[in-house]
Amino acid sequence: MTESNTSLRLSHARQGVWKPLPAITQRWKRLSLNLAVLLYLLLATSSIEVNWARVSQGMERGIAFIASFARPDFLSRLDEIGLGLLESLTMTFVATVIGTLLAIPVGLGAASNMSPTPVYLFCRGVITISRTFQEIIIAILFVTMFGFGPLAGVMTLAFATLGFTAKLLAEDIEDVRKDALEAVKATGAGWLQWVNYAVQPQVMPRLIGLSMYRLDINFRESAVIGIVGAGGIGATLNTSINRYDYDTSAAILILIIIIVLFSEYLSGHIRRWTA
Amino acid sequence: MLELKRVSKSYAGGELALNDVSFNVSAGEVVALIGPSGAGKSTLIRCINQLVQPTGGEVLLGGIRLDQLKGRKLRMARRQIGMIFQNYALVERLSVMENVLSGRLAYVGFWQSLLRRYPPDDIRYAVDLLDRVGLSSMLDKRADALSGGQKQRVGIARALIQRPDLLLVDEPTASLDPKSSRQIMRLLCELCREQNLAAIINIHDVALARQFVSRVIGLQQGRVVFDGRPDDLSETVLTEIYGMEDWQEPVHD
Repeated sequence: MTESNTSLRLSHARQGVWKPLPAITQRWKRLSLNLAVLLYLLLATSSIEVNWARVSQGMERGIAFIASFARPDFLSRLDEIGLGLLESLTMTFVATVIGTLLAIPVGLGAASNMSPTPVYLFCRGVITISRTFQEIIIAILFVTMFGFGPLAGVMTLAFATLGFTAKLLAEDIEDVRKDALEAVKATGAGWLQWVNYAVQPQVMPRLIGLSMYRLDINFRESAVIGIVGAGGIGATLNTSINRYDYDTSAAILILIIIIVLFSEYLSGHIRRWTA
Repeated sequence: MLELKRVSKSYAGGELALNDVSFNVSAGEVVALIGPSGAGKSTLIRCINQLVQPTGGEVLLGGIRLDQLKGRKLRMARRQIGMIFQNYALVERLSVMENVLSGRLAYVGFWQSLLRRYPPDDIRYAVDLLDRVGLSSMLDKRADALSGGQKQRVGIARALIQRPDLLLVDEPTASLDPKSSRQIMRLLCELCREQNLAAIINIHDVALARQFVSRVIGLQQGRVVFDGRPDDLSETVLTEIYGMEDWQEPVHD
């Protein structure tokens, strides 16, 4: 911004006229950007086609699906549900532990204030690959490689956890207070000691929070990747939906909701306790 | 104008931060509050504008019991009291002008403040104050681009634009170099004189307090142990406030 502009704004303000500086200084850029956004919204909205006949038909099926929640059937497939849930919980737990442990070195490497550029680029690359592909796609790959079953599921979830946790951990590491980093480095501490004393205490609450959050994401994901054959409760859910056995599906969904709620409650406790 | 009657504050752990503190401050009077770290200076000024709730006693401003106010009435009382902080407490990502105008928040409505549509009088006064503290050319600078002394000047302008009757000043010079410290103290005292503003200034630096104010209150473990003119701050008194130390001799290594 130029000197004369400032004095112009100042003399306006002396007369009681002041507006904050706009985020984009040039008027034509600002206007054309606004126009472009508006145009895009109009075009995008007009391109949506709604088949109202299909919607009204679908409403009935949807209501039937929702109505079955009123009479969930836990009993007729009790064994399958029990096994599926146990498998899902095992997959979730194992995958979260493996993924989080792998995320720690990758997260450190992907923090620009911690590592030299080659390491940084490599770790960012790992994170990008993991985050580019949706769990389903990775699951299909691993099911092809290892066959149907929970092993493919665990691999999928661990890989997704790695990318997610490492990215957010790296960002937290980049935000740590610099004075503590400097002070510990000034003592002549080695790299690992430096990380242990200056970084770890600052990012630990975040890492614990992230891993708890990832635990319940993984549980939910395990229900989805089961559909492509990666084991767990998803497989059971998929079978019941294919058989139009909505009462059993409802029972499974209710159990998933209860478990997710419980893990939410648990993670709140753990985060408060470790803060 | 400001009356404290037997104010005390105890925290949940049972420790007594303030113990039976009473004094009055009249309009336009500038008082320095001295005492060692942990003596309760910060707690005391926060008990006045109710950022901290006292557990006993009365705080009166213009005859109104502040400690019994709630909600809107408390907010209206708070806008009469300007506060200045040790670490400036500016909103770093807002511009200088926005920081100053934020002192008018209790006077304008939510939508007005959201859209930054401040009344012309407020804008003019904001520029006047920025002129007074010597920063009007910085009005569009982001607060984090300023130096420590400049930030504290913005902090002062933000407090004054509230058109307060009383200033609460918490260690205004603790993060500044000796020259900026003196400039800030001089500015504060001049502004108080010009506007007939009362002020309570928490300050570590006894010499600085002596140089600028006409009344000193000494706090020790939550109790008032001295209340008088700076000239009466004898060695015995300082020892009572801060503990044993050689106050006159220069330090030799």
